[in-house]
Amino acid sequence: MGFPILSLMIFTPVVGMAVVMMLNKDNFKLIRWVSTGFSIIPLILSLILAAGYDSSTSAMQFVEKASWIPSLSIQYFLGVDGLSVPMLFLTTLLSTISLIVSFNITCRVKEYFAFFLLLEAGMLGVFASLDFFLFYVFWEVMLVPMYFLIGIWGGPRKEYAAIKFFLYTLFGSIFMLVGILIMYLSTTPHTLDMMELITKGSAFSHSMQIMVWVFFFVAFAIKVPIFPFHTWLPDAHVEAPTAVSIILAGVLLKMGTYGFLRISYPMLPYGTNYFAYPFAILGLIGIIYGALVSMAQKDLKKLVAYSSVSHMGYCVLGMAVFFIDQKSGQPHITGLAGCYFQMFSHGLITGAMFLLVGVLYDRAHTREIAAFGGLGSKLPVYTAFMSVFAMASLGLPGMSGFVAEFMVFIGSFPKYPVITSLAVIGVVLTAGYILRMVQRMFLGEFNTKWSGLTEINTREIIAVTPLLLLTVALGVYPKPLITMISATLQNIVTQVMR
Amino acid sequence: MPDLRPMLPELFLFAWAIVVLLFGISRKERSGDSLIYLTLVGLVITGILIPIAGYGNLFGGTFVVDKFAAFFQIVFLFAAFFAVASSHGLMKKLSADRGEFFALILLSTTGMMLLASTLELITLYVSLELTTIPLFVLAAYRKDQLSSSEAGLKYLILGAVSSAILLYGISLVYGLTGTTFLQPALSRLIEQSVPMLLASGNVNMALVMAIVMMVAGFGFKLALVPFHMWAPDVYEGAPTPITSFLSVASKGAGVVAIARVFYTTLPAFHDVHWGTFVAVLAAAAMIVGNITAVLQSNIKRMLAFSSIAHAGYVLVGFVALPQGSTVPPYGPASLLFYMMAYLFANMGAFACVIAFEKNFGSYQIKDYHGLSKHSPGLAIIMTLFLLSLAGIPPLAGFMAKYYVFLAGWQQFPWLVIIGLLTSVIALFYYANIIMQMYFSRGETSLTKARYDRPLLLTLILTAVGTVAVGIYPEPILRFATEAVKVFPF
Repeated sequence: MGFPILSLMIFTPVVGMAVVMMLNKDNFKLIRWVSTGFSIIPLILSLILAAGYDSSTSAMQFVEKASWIPSLSIQYFLGVDGLSVPMLFLTTLLSTISLIVSFNITCRVKEYFAFFLLLEAGMLGVFASLDFFLFYVFWEVMLVPMYFLIGIWGGPRKEYAAIKFFLYTLFGSIFMLVGILIMYLSTTPHTLDMMELITKGSAFSHSMQIMVWVFFFVAFAIKVPIFPFHTWLPDAHVEAPTAVSIILAGVLLKMGTYGFLRISYPMLPYGTNYFAYPFAILGLIGIIYGALVSMAQKDLKKLVAYSSVSHMGYCVLGMAVFFIDQKSGQPHITGLAGCYFQMFSHGLITGAMFLLVGVLYDRAHTREIAAFGGLGSKLPVYTAFMSVFAMASLGLPGMSGFVAEFMVFIGSFPKYPVITSLAVIGVVLTAGYILRMVQRMFLGEFNTKWSGLTEINTREIIAVTPLLLLTVALGVYPKPLITMISATLQNIVTQVMR
Repeated sequence: MPDLRPMLPELFLFAWAIVVLLFGISRKERSGDSLIYLTLVGLVITGILIPIAGYGNLFGGTFVVDKFAAFFQIVFLFAAFFAVASSHGLMKKLSADRGEFFALILLSTTGMMLLASTLELITLYVSLELTTIPLFVLAAYRKDQLSSSEAGLKYLILGAVSSAILLYGISLVYGLTGTTFLQPALSRLIEQSVPMLLASGNVNMALVMAIVMMVAGFGFKLALVPFHMWAPDVYEGAPTPITSFLSVASKGAGVVAIARVFYTTLPAFHDVHWGTFVAVLAAAAMIVGNITAVLQSNIKRMLAFSSIAHAGYVLVGFVALPQGSTVPPYGPASLLFYMMAYLFANMGAFACVIAFEKNFGSYQIKDYHGLSKHSPGLAIIMTLFLLSLAGIPPLAGFMAKYYVFLAGWQQFPWLVIIGLLTSVIALFYYANIIMQMYFSRGETSLTKARYDRPLLLTLILTAVGTVAVGIYPEPILRFATEAVKVFPF
């Protein structure tokens, strides 16, 4: 075993949490900078990881394996492949940005930053675990700081939103736990090693695969969220403080799709094939339903929240496409690649959208779209940022969102021509609600009530700029990300089609 | 004169109880400090004596110390230690006869330790009485409060009835076999006396009666539904350290007794006679306990109902007997592990309740409002225990739940599903307290909580236990797996 870069990445924030807890609770400045410092270390490590990652193979890299609870065959097993590396980077990046955004928190600062660092550790752990038990532990550990972050620093209905999020997600997790128990007990010798379960999973009986697939589906669908499991999302997003909304939209939702690709797909190939078509339909429903509901929103943050349901629908649709190309004999990965690209790109774009919504809310103390008007003349820089991300969100070419949606559509069309054709309507609807929002808020006559609003400040610009650069960079030149994930996705399609 | 060495811890603890009693009488001053430390020292010495005394067999198999017994003895000693340490300061409020309070706890603990290591039904019954009778007195110890007297009386009457029922069950076993010794051979004896029982899969009424009576008798100790009616009132009325002792040690006594009797004697009858029956009781305990706990506004009552639910989770492990020799004995081992995890989390939660009571004089959940602002330490540690009880990783309670569900899945998947679903309900009421402590908006006028030294020690030890057992459960898992090898499956 070489340098334990993954463990270091996961546990640096935990150490950071311990350090922050020991600081004087009135020294806000120190707490902020120490926390940010501890979140920058994993960010640097994730860049090193990405640089050192060999994208020509689908094998696990940077593997760390140690016995943890041998009585129940539980291991401490970490490793990364093309699925994990971009997600780890996204997590560390958004965590650091969120902490910078959180500098304006003035109430119970110490606890806030401590919980945030614990949250980061949990998220990183999910994306790096290759032992089922460990995966589940990180999956759950994350809920606790999230509960506190929404419940203490949230909006007017924070108590309701926090407990709803906690219970809803735990409800999903218990289904995953049942799935884990079944998988564990059905293998001989019993194992929780994901790599071994991938080799053995295809041998499970068809009825069992279908059952376990449904269990995992509930757990992951709640996270994504897939219609009709999305009802926690608007509440949690709207009530959560800005930085937590960024993390929720940017990282937590991706854990659902990541779970499908990491667990359901390779371990339960029969179940995956069996449910591919319903999956595509659920994706379509998500796209259209999310877009329609977004159109009806009066609250800006709710609009962005529901747009997440719609955007994650593209992910689901793309995920439903996998087959071996008859002509070339190669696995068809365009749909999955589109899905993954959408995961990454949605993390950047929606993260930035929530950030900008928060910037406005801090100043205006309202998010009602109708209350604004003509902000473009008063806040030109803010308006520029918001407009760019709005365009990215509706899929303007040259931005990462366009690449993702385009790949999803060309990937899914050969297999689901009707569904794909209907899904394209979603693009029009998205353009509808985004442009209407931009028009009503930033264009038109200036509402003099807001003459006291101040422009976006340097700290906020620093926080949002990396997201802007990445969104444009990936929109113009998507190849690095696609190269990184291709080998892994080919492997997944091959496993699903065995 | 037989070599009494294996019995050394029990004999010592009994003698120490007398010493504490006499010491209490001989002293005039009001402070309970020296008594508390004297009692704690006695408990620690008893703990040290367990490995020194070693394993062994006395009085022709009546008294057997094996790993199973040792495991539970450690649990009981820990529970007694935490209960005594958290009683500090409480004694000042009570009347002068303080020595007996601690002596009674020690006597009850002696009874539990004997219970863990007996293999004979009459001795088992006597040990159970030795466990329970001091608890009747202790429950009624707050003579200034009517609710405490009510608790004591209720506990006494219902306890006596349940003892009678248990005794009736024991007499039926004796009637079927002609012996009161618990031994693997008993299974065969019953088979012979009840011809064609297993072959035809028929149910024998006498045996069923015996099983039902014994389950009811032990179920009272465990506060299983429908034998739980006493628990909320007694838990609420009793002095809080005694409540914590009841909820862990007394429950543990029920667990150890039922496991000893059913695992030694009746594993062969699991499929037809008692497996499903006990599984239904476990389901009822989890459902009723968790749902009723949601409705409580008094934290002691809430923890009482939650402990009823935990008895249900313990039973999930209890009914999951290994099928065939290829599967490791997950079920029985998970039962032991669950008790250990529950010990730390529940004693810890009660220690927090005691700390709160001493500082702010309330049991109402709504009074926990804003605790994190004026006493952040207490709030954090309480959160830790509540999350462990709710089964959130990486704390001990999660590992315990995972283990019992893993054990139960193959035989009783429906029971595991019920257990998991009710644990979501459980999270709701545990999280509700966390919400009270943390999510408050207004300012608070209360001042920072202060702790006396023994209580602080309890809080620290239970917190360390909850985290350590959760993160590195391997040693206890291994010990539990070894311990259940004494049973014939």
